[in-house]
Amino acid sequence: MVDIIFILTPILLGYIFGSIAEKNHYKSIQEREKKFMRLPTISLKTPLNPDNITRSRLVVGNVVISVDYFKRVLAGLKNIFGGNVTSYETLVDRARREAILRLKEDAKGASEIINLKLETSSINKSAKGTIGSIEIFAYGTAIYRK
Amino acid sequence: MIITNIESIPNRKIVDHFGVVSGSTVRAKHVGRDLMAGLKNVFGGELKGYTELLSESREEAMDRMTAQAKSLGANAIVNVRFSTSSVAAGAAELYVYGTAVKIV
Repeated sequence: MVDIIFILTPILLGYIFGSIAEKNHYKSIQEREKKFMRLPTISLKTPLNPDNITRSRLVVGNVVISVDYFKRVLAGLKNIFGGNVTSYETLVDRARREAILRLKEDAKGASEIINLKLETSSINKSAKGTIGSIEIFAYGTAIYRK
Repeated sequence: MIITNIESIPNRKIVDHFGVVSGSTVRAKHVGRDLMAGLKNVFGGELKGYTELLSESREEAMDRMTAQAKSLGANAIVNVRFSTSSVAAGAAELYVYGTAVKIV
């Protein structure tokens, strides 16, 4: 009986807190994405327009985000049947969008960000090969104009 | 020191190349942060301690790269790339490299 409580408590806690955290995170991402809609962020290597450029600078943004225990269990079950592991899909989606938003916050006053690169690394790998948490690192060159 | 990850610096002219410059740091997380991360693994969400740790380490790697470029007499670094690799369990290497140039 005690064993079952030990197994179920983290799953339940993970489900409750994890879903609240995810919902709030998506809400804040959407709000901030609206705010930065005017700042073009592209993966081209040349500026959209070569005129009036005053300076350019490397800008970065990173985030480390962890999946909750409930979703990890769910993903473990998915490993048996195969198919899309939705719980990890939302995790990387949130992390990428957050990293790009932080990059944009770093580039205050820029007219555009070019050559955006995204790098993913999983840290804190657990023994069974499941990912515990991932880091997304975004970097690019901010272009400032007159 | 101007740093970009494109091949040139807009509206400036590259007059001299000094070759590849690089900087790296190997960082391990400390116990306190690890403990918090363990809790977060249950609840989910951002691991702020790790985010800070990694951005600090990258900054340090970049400082080392800039110091190397300065000693060569460069005043800008172009085509900067980052790479991350885990050396051992609990430690990560952050590596940054680019081409040191002189611009006018």
